[in-house]
Amino acid sequence: MNTRANTIATDGSKYEASARQFRGNVARDLANPQLRENFRGAMDYLTDKRRQAFPSEDELETLRRKCQLIKQRCLLKLPELLEQLESKLEQNGIQVHWAETTAEANTIIAELIQRKNGTKVVKGKSMVSEETALNDHLQAQGIECLETDMGEYIVQMAGEHPSHIIMPAIHQNKSQVADLFAHNIPGFDYTTDVDTLIRTGRQALRDKFCHADVGVTGVNFAVAETGTLCLVENEGNGRMVSTVPEMHIAITGIEKVVELLDDVPPLLSLLTRSATGQIISTYFNMITHPRREGEKDGPKEVHLVLLDNGRSQAFADEELRQTLQCIRCGACMNHCPVYTRIGGHAYGTVYPGPIGKIVSPHMLGLEATKDLPTASSLCGACGEVCPVKIPIPKILLRLRKESVKAKGEPLVVKGQGCNRKPLEAGIWKLWSRLNTSPVIYAIAMWLASRGRWLTPAKAGAWTRVRTLPKPARRPLRELVKQREQRREGQ
Amino acid sequence: MPALPLASAKRHTSKRVYPPKPAQVYLFGTCLADTLFPQSGLDAIELLERQGLEVLFPQGQSCCGQPAYNSGYEDEARVVARHQIKQFPLDIPIVVISGSCGGMLRHHYLDMLKHDNDLEVAAFCERIFEFTEFLTCVLEVKLQDQGAPERVALHTSCAARREMDVHITGKALLEQLGQVELVEHDYISECCGFGGTFAVKHGDISGAMVQDKVKHLLATDAVRYVSADWGCMMNINGALEYQQEAFRGEHIASYLLRRTRGDNA
Ligand code: SF4
Repeated sequence: MNTRANTIATDGSKYEASARQFRGNVARDLANPQLRENFRGAMDYLTDKRRQAFPSEDELETLRRKCQLIKQRCLLKLPELLEQLESKLEQNGIQVHWAETTAEANTIIAELIQRKNGTKVVKGKSMVSEETALNDHLQAQGIECLETDMGEYIVQMAGEHPSHIIMPAIHQNKSQVADLFAHNIPGFDYTTDVDTLIRTGRQALRDKFCHADVGVTGVNFAVAETGTLCLVENEGNGRMVSTVPEMHIAITGIEKVVELLDDVPPLLSLLTRSATGQIISTYFNMITHPRREGEKDGPKEVHLVLLDNGRSQAFADEELRQTLQCIRCGACMNHCPVYTRIGGHAYGTVYPGPIGKIVSPHMLGLEATKDLPTASSLCGACGEVCPVKIPIPKILLRLRKESVKAKGEPLVVKGQGCNRKPLEAGIWKLWSRLNTSPVIYAIAMWLASRGRWLTPAKAGAWTRVRTLPKPARRPLRELVKQREQRREGQ
Repeated sequence: MPALPLASAKRHTSKRVYPPKPAQVYLFGTCLADTLFPQSGLDAIELLERQGLEVLFPQGQSCCGQPAYNSGYEDEARVVARHQIKQFPLDIPIVVISGSCGGMLRHHYLDMLKHDNDLEVAAFCERIFEFTEFLTCVLEVKLQDQGAPERVALHTSCAARREMDVHITGKALLEQLGQVELVEHDYISECCGFGGTFAVKHGDISGAMVQDKVKHLLATDAVRYVSADWGCMMNINGALEYQQEAFRGEHIASYLLRRTRGDNA
């Protein structure tokens, strides 16, 4: 099936191009003081909320360890659990569809909607549908697709995509949202009062729920044991979308399956506290079957689309598999000093921030995302807060290694070796010779200290905001030797 | 919870069992201090000697291998790592005057050399101590402040904080100085933007980070800041000098020595 008949890709491949623009995007967004202020303020707020939600460090650690083990157990059994999930869901009357690529997922969903002669879709928040660029695809087929999560609604109205996985419109402040509403919502009485803004948006959406043919949502946890789709949300729009229209289509990544219903409470508790500092979200939906005979509401059909999109590549490697433990809480981006500076759009990927850096290479290939793994000081703030203890810095290192791998090595990550430059590889070879030959090293130190006046005033990016230090007059090794000799002489 | 800085420092690093005070230690000088900032190495040696230790400095040591390791060139880093291990044959502690090299030697060597002789590598890693950690938790030093009253800020490297888990020990040492008031800057736990090759490969982002760090340090009324990592300080001091600010960072070994000079504790 060729969904790329148009010149503009209407599937996830459109992000390949934007990820390649990383460096340009970074320069653009760093130079935008308003944007930087918006991100800094919002991230400070979220990190503070999270801190308050975990008063006991010991409890947090115990829970993180527990959730890490849950996700690792589930991933270890992933193929079996997916089969179990499928058969449980089908028993419950929910139809399961498998999609290997984003294009396949979009085609499946479009066909389901068209079978119903649907023209109007309302959506709850779903990052996986962003991954497939579902809205673009449906709109190209003449299907109206409206985001109903307030943040997503704003982003859609602005013609953008989410800059944060939990707070899609976090890059906009309230006056920017007010301006947007003033341009797009007829009769909007201009105000920057947040409550009024939200009420305005909700009123505009209310009517849409009732006239939609199909509701599309994401899934936070898919329980294999019971065949239950769990949906975490705060606005009630997820409940509306999954209950009012006649058909509900849920889409999620294959890694969202958990084994037991008992696995959900600890994960949920960590998810909401890590994400927004909430003890529990306002809504927690558990969807187990379509409307049954005699029931007055609920969709008549429920479908689940399970998307791979590179996840099985991560799954195949023991270390990279940990990437799939992610429960998409966003804490890693909230705490990331790089994300806080450049914001979510600069990444050019669906998932920004630390998780985006480690998951996007599997979705888009390492070649398109080659600037992401190196765009980290490896400060470790992400790994420190991740509720499921994904060693993000270590995985970044691993991806760096993959991206400079020599040709001919077995394929682990699509696009591996994309950053290998013969000159750089040669320099590191020399460096390693230098550091393992004490004589050469001592000579190099001697030369550096005696030639210190040769230190250039400019050294690329370093000296754009800093000065470059000169080598010392004498290296430490010589000074120590002199000191020892003086002592012996005494 | 114990209020004593030393006690709380020990509680925070309680994951580790500390050996009794040894008679001899090795100093791992780090390539940065060796090339650029040797005084901090000499000062560290003097502080350790004042505690009655003999300090050995193997001339064969070079770089811990972090630059190549962090750039993805693990094979090149691995041969350097094996070379370092050979330079420190005696079963005595190895004191490292950088949290980030400490993290490399103590944790990443284990990962990188997992196919080598595990016991030998593990024993080497177990002997690695970050400088402030060693003073606080192994030597349990008592510092006598001889200096005039002043305010200082402390910058702890991300590796010391998150890999070595020793961010509390630098603070504990400074708190022993009676005349020194430690002031906290905003975003104290945030990275300064160094990150080795990151500072060059992504100069814009790194630059934005260090400019913020400098801004927050300057916003305090401290007369200087101290740190146990030359990587961060090369970055922060470089940005301070570029902005023609007189404010500077000083390595904690030099600072402690200067403040306590003249005492025979
Ligand atoms: S990687 Fe960890 S911190 Fe980041 S979104 Fe996923 S679960 Fe949350």
